[in-house]
Amino acid sequence: MAVLDLPAWAGLAPALILAGTAILLFLLDSISSRSMNRAVLAGTATAGAIASLGVAVWFTVAGVGAPGMENGHGVITLFDGGEAFVGDGLFVVDQLALFFMIIVAVVTALVAVASYDYMDGHAHQAEYYSLLVLAATGMSLMAAANSLVTIFIALELASLPSYALVSILKDNRGSVEGGLKYFLIGAVSSAIFLYGISLVYGATGVMQLDLIADELASGEVDPYGGLLGLGILMLIGGFAFKTASVPFHFWAPEAYEGAPAPISAFLSSASKAAGFVIAFRVFTTAFPVDVTGSVIGVDWTLAFIVLAIVTMTVGNFAAATQSNVKRMLAYSSIGHAGYALIGLAGLTADGGELVMGAAMMHLLVYGFMNTGAFLFVALAEYWGVGRTFEDYNGLARQAPIACVALAVFMFSLAGIPPFGGFWSKYFLFTGALEAGLLVVAAALVVNSALSLYYYSRLVKAVWIEDPVVDRDALGQPTGLYAAIVFAAVMTVLLLPGFGPVVDVAIDAAAAII
Amino acid sequence: MMIEALIGVALLGALVTFLAPNRIAGKLAFAISLVPAALSLWMFTAFDGSGNALLDGELAFESQMEWIQLADYSISWFVGLDGISLPLVVLTTVLTSLAIMSSWTPIDERESQFYGLVLFIEANLIGVFTALDFFVWFIFWEAVLIPMYLLIGIWGGPRRKYAAIKFFVYTNVASLVMFGAFIALVFGLDVSSFALPEITDAMLNGGPDAFLGVGGTTLASVVFVAMFLGFAVKVPIVPFHTWLPDAHVEAPTPASVLLAGVLLKMGTYALLRFNFTMFPTEIIEPFVIPIAAIAVISVIYGAMLALAQTDLKRIVAYSSVSSMGYVILGLIAFTQFGVGGATFQMVSHGLISGLMFMAVGVIYNATHTRMVTDMSGMADRMPVAVGILIAGAFGYMGLPLMSGFAAEYFIFFGAFGSDLLAYAPIFTALAMFGIVIVAGYLLFALQRAVFGPYHLETDYEVSRAPLHDVAPMFVLLGLIIALGVAPDLIFEMITDAVNPLLESANGGEL
Repeated sequence: MAVLDLPAWAGLAPALILAGTAILLFLLDSISSRSMNRAVLAGTATAGAIASLGVAVWFTVAGVGAPGMENGHGVITLFDGGEAFVGDGLFVVDQLALFFMIIVAVVTALVAVASYDYMDGHAHQAEYYSLLVLAATGMSLMAAANSLVTIFIALELASLPSYALVSILKDNRGSVEGGLKYFLIGAVSSAIFLYGISLVYGATGVMQLDLIADELASGEVDPYGGLLGLGILMLIGGFAFKTASVPFHFWAPEAYEGAPAPISAFLSSASKAAGFVIAFRVFTTAFPVDVTGSVIGVDWTLAFIVLAIVTMTVGNFAAATQSNVKRMLAYSSIGHAGYALIGLAGLTADGGELVMGAAMMHLLVYGFMNTGAFLFVALAEYWGVGRTFEDYNGLARQAPIACVALAVFMFSLAGIPPFGGFWSKYFLFTGALEAGLLVVAAALVVNSALSLYYYSRLVKAVWIEDPVVDRDALGQPTGLYAAIVFAAVMTVLLLPGFGPVVDVAIDAAAAII
Repeated sequence: MMIEALIGVALLGALVTFLAPNRIAGKLAFAISLVPAALSLWMFTAFDGSGNALLDGELAFESQMEWIQLADYSISWFVGLDGISLPLVVLTTVLTSLAIMSSWTPIDERESQFYGLVLFIEANLIGVFTALDFFVWFIFWEAVLIPMYLLIGIWGGPRRKYAAIKFFVYTNVASLVMFGAFIALVFGLDVSSFALPEITDAMLNGGPDAFLGVGGTTLASVVFVAMFLGFAVKVPIVPFHTWLPDAHVEAPTPASVLLAGVLLKMGTYALLRFNFTMFPTEIIEPFVIPIAAIAVISVIYGAMLALAQTDLKRIVAYSSVSSMGYVILGLIAFTQFGVGGATFQMVSHGLISGLMFMAVGVIYNATHTRMVTDMSGMADRMPVAVGILIAGAFGYMGLPLMSGFAAEYFIFFGAFGSDLLAYAPIFTALAMFGIVIVAGYLLFALQRAVFGPYHLETDYEVSRAPLHDVAPMFVLLGLIIALGVAPDLIFEMITDAVNPLLESANGGEL
């Protein structure tokens, strides 16, 4: 394949294309800010995301990042820092990175398409799209970052535009308030994360992830075990914020509720996936379980076991008590962060790659079903039907196709066959069982059973209940419909077509463990 | 690829119907449903399988394809038919067509969605009866819940929301218990795939190793119980039956037809396939008496409950609990006539209860009441529909030359001579007492609703049922009589698949 002849920096193409798209959007806006057609803006953003997706899929299929391939088309490493460093470089393009670049690009494309209708009539359209694509660039870079420095920079590149996006509806109090909360908590957790980085640097003297592992293995770090342990704990805090895991989850419902619904979809799917990829990379590459355990005296998977159980339980119980649909989805996405955390909790076992692969699969499926669910909320906001379950009553009479898609998302999120969510939850379940984490597996099943209650409540509202008020005819915005239907079709098709996903995810996980 | 064609036509048909305008949806769905019905009847004539699908039998229309490979386990698309599944597939396709036709009158809103869901159920039901890989089977098994939930919830009676949620929660929780138990079992077994024949082979030759600190035999016993409970809810047998009357009474007629006619058979079919085929006799033995006791209690208690009802639909609903009790009794007897008769009863009860629900539905459409206390003299006003109702009731009571008689006779004959079941004659005699109660409540209901002078106390004008309401019932009645006169139409095929099971259970002897 031609991919083999490309220069090494082209490995970052999925992220670079997004960066270029963001700049192009700024340029388009500065050329003619008033007369700019929103179709052009949405089209450019979508085209950029799809190009990024296409390149990432192409690279994956062509074998870029697969370990053991010769002639530089195996794992690509960039910016290795000269002779002073002998590690993998500041960025690594391996299968793990590409897998998450695909998730980010898919969600970005869906959100960009859906925003075409949602942002109709709002100010700052060009800014909206360029911030969106810029945030996606940051998330894409997070997938490939291989040093605590690049991780932090990519993280901030993803976070800063997100703060602005949440509060982009300037006239809406919820939006501004959500953005403010998100920003404040984000700033604090950035500080915690940065402090964690400095502690780890203090203990090991290096920033690059593989070099940290070397230092740990050499035994020279042993006197600084406590320092390192504290650093790791703070890093976990940083990830917990980005992935909306307990105890740093408080911002999520506020921010998701206040944000424009497509942005909620973006944050809860893409941003969460990006948070997980750094967690996966940092904890598998930099802090191998056995070595780290001997230095700091504790097995860090223990922290993730506790986090996983607490996060899924808190998220699900909170979701079950909501009367506002968007908040319900926000809490349920906290619950799903708990499921994905199983990927880190089960790493100690022999079948560690199975558990982490399962978490990656879940994040991919989640990218479709959760984005789709939030986009349905966007559609409801576009129609102006209100925010509570009661407001959604009887929507299926007027918009059966969108409501079929909603039912698909809800049952898939609950993990019921025949939808994609069934596989990913099943693989998490088997993964946890294989790893001997009986409690985690049981918590997963109990939470799934509970989640069915509130997911089916939404299905019941749109399909079974009669409308409380007479509504006018509902419009059929093309962009939103296209995005929702596409997400639903993918959620269904992922069931029969799950084979390749399993292979790629397990291989990617096996390569970095 | 025949089975894929059956499922595919139903799935695509569901999509097409869903998108079609309401006006033509009913006719369109009926036309589409004739394709799987015709195909399955052709498959019935061309059937060349032999033996039991799980015990090295020759499968008809088999197809197997790699699907997902994960760690040490492979999941494959694996479907095929043996003598047990084929009659149930034919029952499903035929009953779906008839149920669709019988819904033309009662369903008058959101038709395209309704018929789309019915076809979606059909596809999944065919999948349940043909799938031979645990995952394929489970996906179809669970996927049935969603359309049924919506059918009850949207088109049901006044308490439909409660009934729909109860149905969904009950059966889904049961499925999760069963699923978790089965996965734990497979982890303990030395197998590399989820293909049911392979799992059966591993279970019968060695059984599971210890898993998660639980010993192999204990694990097998625990899984047996968990799976039995999971399926018992679906069947349903006492004391897990409480969702059924609610679901039945609230469901629209066609959904009741499918619910009683086919959905309940999923439970007994799964019991036969999983609990009574996969587990070696040593594991089953301690549970034989409790299961037989539950079966007899279901028969008697279900019949007593039916006796206490005044709502025609509720009577038929509770009688299903009773009839399904016979099936369990036949299965646990582990004799050729017991297990074969139980399978025969699945088909027979599907036809008879389908017929009864349709007849009750037609009467309800005309009178807008289902209370036997409100009705009287219906025979004068609706002679054809009532005639069929009476014929169906006789079928239920086990009148000779109707399929119900053959089925019950086989079951009692088989259960009476059971070697596995201690005190078999006593259990059988107790169960036979159920027939008396069945005759009691049916005759009692008919006498009040059908005969006597006409004095219906409602404002509705009772009119004769149109042809498309009555035609499906005639077809069902024809099938009931055909199976009653010539049980060998399917019984030979069934025993052919049942015999290997008995041989494996009794160490090579029938």
